Amino acid sequence: MSKLVATRRQILKFGAVGGSALVLGGCDAFNFLADRNGSVRGVLEKANDLTYRVQRLLIGDALAPEYAESEIRQGQKPNGSTDPQSNEYLALKVDNFADYRLSVTGLVETPKTYSLQELRNMPSRTQITRHDCVEGWSCIAKWTGTPLSVVLNEVKLKSEARFIVFHCYDTMGSGRPPRANYYESCDLMDATHPQTILAYGLNDQTLPVANGAPLRVRIERQLGYKQPKYVHTIEAVHSFAGIGRGKGGYWEDRGYEWYAGI
Amino acid sequence: MVPPQARDDADSAGSLVYRQSIWTRLTHWIWVIALFFLLLSGFQIFNAHSTLYLGQQSGFAFDNDVLRMSAVRTPDDLVGRTAIMGHEFNTTGVLGVSGPMDDRQIRGFPSALTIPSYRDLATGRVVHFFFGWVFVVTLFAWFLASALNGHLRRDLVPTGRDLADLPKDVADHARFRFHHTGRYNVLQKLSYCIVFFLLFPTIILTGLTMSPGMDAAWPWLLDLFGGRQTARTIHFLVMALLVLFFLVHIFMVVAAGPINELRSMITGWYRTDPKNGADAAP
Repeated sequence: MSKLVATRRQILKFGAVGGSALVLGGCDAFNFLADRNGSVRGVLEKANDLTYRVQRLLIGDALAPEYAESEIRQGQKPNGSTDPQSNEYLALKVDNFADYRLSVTGLVETPKTYSLQELRNMPSRTQITRHDCVEGWSCIAKWTGTPLSVVLNEVKLKSEARFIVFHCYDTMGSGRPPRANYYESCDLMDATHPQTILAYGLNDQTLPVANGAPLRVRIERQLGYKQPKYVHTIEAVHSFAGIGRGKGGYWEDRGYEWYAGI
Repeated sequence: MVPPQARDDADSAGSLVYRQSIWTRLTHWIWVIALFFLLLSGFQIFNAHSTLYLGQQSGFAFDNDVLRMSAVRTPDDLVGRTAIMGHEFNTTGVLGVSGPMDDRQIRGFPSALTIPSYRDLATGRVVHFFFGWVFVVTLFAWFLASALNGHLRRDLVPTGRDLADLPKDVADHARFRFHHTGRYNVLQKLSYCIVFFLLFPTIILTGLTMSPGMDAAWPWLLDLFGGRQTARTIHFLVMALLVLFFLVHIFMVVAAGPINELRSMITGWYRTDPKNGADAAP
């Protein structure tokens, strides 16, 4: 009728085999997946294209959630570069960025430059949003800036422009490979999204150096590494070839997905 | 739409019944692979920030964490600490601090449990999202097939009679008395239902809630789970429950007869108890 089929020894043996398979698996057996140029990794990365397509289908022009003043409970946690040391940047910082100019260039009808004051005199948007770091943490803060769409309307994108690239003053990494300039990019859907702003204000103050002064981009429907700080040039491009290692961003060049809506 | 069929075998051994459809077997083994990679790449992702919080955001200037794995340097040692709801445990060697004595590493979960074994968040995410898709697509296929072939109604959803048998079934399990009837018993039905209708959907939806893109598309996700950081905590909790289910599942397979159970999940055919066999066959 009913009987205890397995002996204790069988259970132990089964457990030992299962356990060692698990440990073996985690150990080094799958480290080959870390090879950025590996063929298996190439297949796995296809899932990110699928995520991008599906989210683009679902997301439309939907806004990222905005929060109440009462939910600003702490300063915006600085992460990544917090104090750029390039001579160019230090020279601007000394004068409180009075000589700073944002260049808008690339595939545009009329390339332009903007001083901070000019940007502040343009229409602005203020939003209290949640910053989600790829590491897993979140922080709510109030951002004020010029909608990127206002700037893009002034310079007029050429029809072949497909992406907007943001070039930054800060460099990342150390030793080998040599330090590289931070840069990021987004598609035109995010570039023209109403919440995509060139932020110069944080929590009702001037944007601090640790958070990207004088200008940082907010692309609210993506993770923190898509919010480049210390931006000096905005470039409209058709492809990422010839920029960095060609993947569309500093972290993308190092194995992170270009679409960071997930 | 394959109805269970009985095949007479030697009288002493009970009869073989066709218990698992190809859909059940195929999805089962795909999940084995997908969940293995999801778990170990998930630990890699968790290690990038080994603290869990409640609410929308992570408290750096205030306190809202419910689990924290950290390392503390003492004069002659590196101590791994795990704090759960304010209760602290020394978890040196496993959580917080692990690795060989001469090469201690500060990491949430040890390298034996992460893919890759060393710190590489980018790869952890690539692996996690690939197998996340595999898992979700397989789950949809399973739901559809199981609704159409009757697996849900016939085998999984407990009947009134099942529930009436619950006390007896609990007592039988506690005594390690297992009946091999070709049908799931009520504890099996309940645990599978919890996994399929509660844990699997919850771990998928909490995963989506961590996506800033999905939060824009489906803002109700944040309301449903009480914020992105709570969703991350629930995602972790459901992971722990699924690991618990896995351990009990394996234990039950071994205890109830691993050859018979494995055969039914590979070939579909399951050998019933000699005397109960006739009852179980339709």
